[in-house]
Parts: sequence; C-alpha cells; structure tokens
Amino acid sequence: MNEAVPAGGFWLGARQRLSANPRALVALAVLVLLALLALCAPLLSPWSYDGIDWQHLARPPGLTAAHWLGTDRLGRDLLVRTLAGVRLSLLISALATALSLVIGLLWGAVAGFCGGRLDGWMMRFVDVLYALPYLFVVIILTTLFPRGRITVLLVALGAVGWLTTARMVRAQTRALRRREFIEAARAGGLSPGAILLRHVLPNVLGPVAVYATLIVPQMILSESFLSFLGLGVQEPHASLGNLIYGGTQEMESAPWMLLVPALFLVVLLTCLNLLGDALRDALDPRER
Amino acid sequence: MRKLALRRIAAMGVTLLVIVTLSFAIIRLAPGGPFDQEQALSPAVRANLERLYGLDQPLPVQYLHYLRALAHGDFGPSLRQRDFTVRELLAQGLPLSATLGLIALVAAVLGGVSAGIAAALWRTAGADVGFATASALAIALPGFVTGPLLALVFGLHLHWLPVAGWEADAPRYLVLPVLTLALPVAAYLARLTRASLLEVLRSPFVRSARARGLGAVRVLWRHALPPALLPVVSYLGPAAAYIITGSLVVESVFALPGSGRFLVQGAIDRDYPLVMGMVVVYAALTLLLNLAADLACGWLDPGSRHE
Repeated sequence: MNEAVPAGGFWLGARQRLSANPRALVALAVLVLLALLALCAPLLSPWSYDGIDWQHLARPPGLTAAHWLGTDRLGRDLLVRTLAGVRLSLLISALATALSLVIGLLWGAVAGFCGGRLDGWMMRFVDVLYALPYLFVVIILTTLFPRGRITVLLVALGAVGWLTTARMVRAQTRALRRREFIEAARAGGLSPGAILLRHVLPNVLGPVAVYATLIVPQMILSESFLSFLGLGVQEPHASLGNLIYGGTQEMESAPWMLLVPALFLVVLLTCLNLLGDALRDALDPRER
Repeated sequence: MRKLALRRIAAMGVTLLVIVTLSFAIIRLAPGGPFDQEQALSPAVRANLERLYGLDQPLPVQYLHYLRALAHGDFGPSLRQRDFTVRELLAQGLPLSATLGLIALVAAVLGGVSAGIAAALWRTAGADVGFATASALAIALPGFVTGPLLALVFGLHLHWLPVAGWEADAPRYLVLPVLTLALPVAAYLARLTRASLLEVLRSPFVRSARARGLGAVRVLWRHALPPALLPVVSYLGPAAAYIITGSLVVESVFALPGSGRFLVQGAIDRDYPLVMGMVVVYAALTLLLNLAADLACGWLDPGSRHE
C-alpha cells in the first residue's frame, strides 16, 4: 500500500499495462466484434431466430448458400440463431455477474465490518454453501420457478456465484477496518452505514473488479450447461447451450449444427479468459 | 491431527444437516408439484395421492418425518417413477456413476501430473507455448463441447469407439466419457504440477542435493517431487467436486445410465424425494472427498494443520 502509485493512478496504470499486451487486445477486439454482431444480427440478416425457411431445411454451411452457416432441421438460420444465443448468453452472464457481485459485496462488507458473532454466522453460511457443488444449488433453484423463464437462470446463477466475492470482500474489509482513515471517519461522527458505503466499499472494488473478469466466463459456462441439460433457456429461444444440445442430436447427419454453436462458445470463452488473465495481471497491485 | 480430524467430521455433519434443511425448504417452496401433469388429476385422486405420500401434512412435520427416515437410510418413494423407491433408483445408477468418476479422477491425476512434470523439465520456447495453449483450451472447453466433439471424431468418423450408450462389461463404452471428464481436471493439475515443481527445483535444498552429486532422476523423485505435489493433493477435493458435477453432463452426452439423469429429470418433474436423495448423496460424497483431501494435506504438511 505504501508503494509509489504511477502518475495517473491505479486505473490509468492498469490501462497502460493492458494495452501493452497484444493477446489481450486481440481478445478484446474479437469480443467487441462478437458482441456487436450479436446485437445487430436482427438488422443485418433477413432471417429471424425463429423464422422457418421451408426451402432450406437442414442445409450445410456454404458461402454461396442462402444461409452462410447452414440451417437446422426446422430450416432456421444457424448464424442468426447462434448470434441470438451469444446475445442471450452475454446478457444473462453480465446480469448474473452483476447480481452476484452486489450480493457478495454487501454480504462480505457487512460481515467484515461488523465482525464478532454476526461475522461468524454469515461466513459459516458461506462455508456451507461452498461445500455443495455449485451447480447442484443452481439446479435446485431452477425448480423454484416455471421452466424457461430467463429470470430464473439469472437469479439462480447470481444467487450462487457470490460466495467467493463475499469471502474476498470480507477479508479486505477486515484489513481496512483498523486503518487510520476509517478511525478518522468514525471519530468524525459518521454512521457505520455511511463509513461502509463511502470509505470501505470503494477501497475493495479493485480486487472485486479483477475477480469479476473470472466470473463472467464461468457464468456463460453455467448458463450453457443448464440450457444443455434442458433446465435453462427453452426452445424456440436460442442459447449456446441448447443449440449445442440440439447439435448433438443431429451430429450424425448434420455435424455443422453442433460445430457452429460449439465454435462460437469456444471463441467466446477463450477471449474472455485471455482478457480476464490480462486484466488480472494489469490490475493486480502485486505485479507492479 | 486427531483433534483436527474429529472437529472436521463434526463440522461435516452439521454442514450436511444444513444442506438437507435448505434444499428441503427450497424444493418445497417451489410452486408446482409432482402431480401437475398434462391431464389434470381429479381432486379426489390428487388428495388421495397427497395423503399417501404425506404431502398434506404441515411442512415441519414432513421435514421431521424425512429426517427420521433419512437417519435410517430411507430416502422415501419416488413420486413420479411409481413402484420405485429413491434408494432403488440410486442403486441402479450410482455404481456406474461412481466407476466413471473414479476412473476419471485416477486418469486425471496420472495424466495431469505426468504432463506437468514433463512440461517442467522440457522447457523450450515452443514446448512452453504449446503447453500453455493446450492446457488453457482443455480448461476452457466444457464437457458438453468436448464430449460431442470426441464422439464425432472417434465414434462417427474413425469408428474406433462407440458414440454413446452402455453395455455391461464393455470398457470401451467408458473411454470417451472418462476422457471428456478427466481432460479439464488433468489440464489444471498439469499446470499446478508444472508451476510448483519449477518453484521447488529453484529452491536451495534441491541445489544442495545436486551439489552432493545425486543423479537427476534421484533428485527429482526423492527430493523435488514430494513437496511439489502438495498443491496437487489439496486440489483433489475440488477436483472430485468438479468431476461429480461434470458427470451430470457426460452421462447425458454419452447416454450412460448413471445417476446424474435422476437429478435433472427429478428437477423437471418436481419429484421431491428423488431430488433430495440425489442432493444428500452427492453432497455427502463431496464433503467426504473434501475432508479426505484436507486430512491428506494435513498429514503431508504439518504447517497446514493450523489455519
């Protein structure tokens, strides 16, 4: 903490280190391109994700074909469906990540700041949930709601992903609790809630931001996993998970139905992981 | 060490009880019940069914009944697969799932550790990049992508192995599932082994062992490897948990009649006792494996006994 911070502060230094990393920049470019394509797909393509083209059922991909990446058994354009899947996966994982970060931040900060018995019970609860395989809890939670609602996935994923954040934030908060500026704020008559919001939380955001880059790909994976099992996004809506599942049912006669969504998922995950690693290196103060 | 073990076992019991209580509460709070089917049942039939399974009683009473039965090893009847108890269903699926998981874990440890050692010793620029890329890919790829891809290549194109399905006493049906399940764990273990072995190889005691004139093989096996494998041992608990969850997907991809399908089908059908049974068994298994890994760590590394 006493090390000299480069001119321009924490975030500028991080940005400089990030832009010196070519792999991360390529990953970022691919991600931005994918996200733009996914957002603009309805505008760019004459096909919609659930529109049926009766003339082209189960057609293989081809650049001269009417459908670049082929169609599925129902004659739906695979490129449009996959991009719709990417959009849904990105949306769900971003929202679920945000939800889990908020829960984790609040839970960890309250536990760490209050300390004592409350801290013990709150963290014991985290330990118990930690002991269960994460996706089991999600599967149980998906039974709470009618199937196919996207909010279900969101809540289920967000409600389970916060555990590590909570632990991290608690540890950080406990370290901060005894620092002089907190003491000063308390002496100045600030209420515990205000100290928590104005002085503690801003100081734990850095490590949490680093960790968030690790959660996003994990959320995409979990979402696809659930949709693959039939517990997440349901037909006719497309998610990478249920597209891959559909592909496995047809792979003998139409391997492209599996390969196209699988390729997109792999590219998405690889880019997110690369970017996450680079961000971690860029933001980690120990690396300086 | 014994005190630590006893304390951990007691904590495990409490954890299991909390998990049972939580999942019982969540599953019962869910709207929709096991008897919501396409054709609606007549109210009289429905009431009779609910009385038969005790679903008409207050929740706390049902909870106590469930706990008492559970203590006797009775998971109750399945509500949707009539004529079967949850225990019978689990007994059908668990042996195959356990075999699959165990082989995958052993394969992942053997494969991952040897790959890690090889990568730590053979360090050309090309090998380093190759290792980093391969392990990153293997870790990033989920089982529901690698599984079908392996089946596509080795099953449909090369015809070396069956695409899916299961026959008793035919190990070739397990090759692709084991590979799918073990690959990410092996890749992670390989990274752990490589990093920790490189660190140990730089430490003074290894240098002094070399200075004493010991051969490279002896330095590696007797001096460097045992401490380097500590992170591997402590990752065994999480690895087992990963394999348990992963087997859900692998069993579904390769149409293996293991127990994973009961959890998913049970969740879709709202078959309360079946889902509960799966959660209890799998949670207990995960806790036990974690405990075993922690105790192994405490035994190998006295420093880790005091947290």
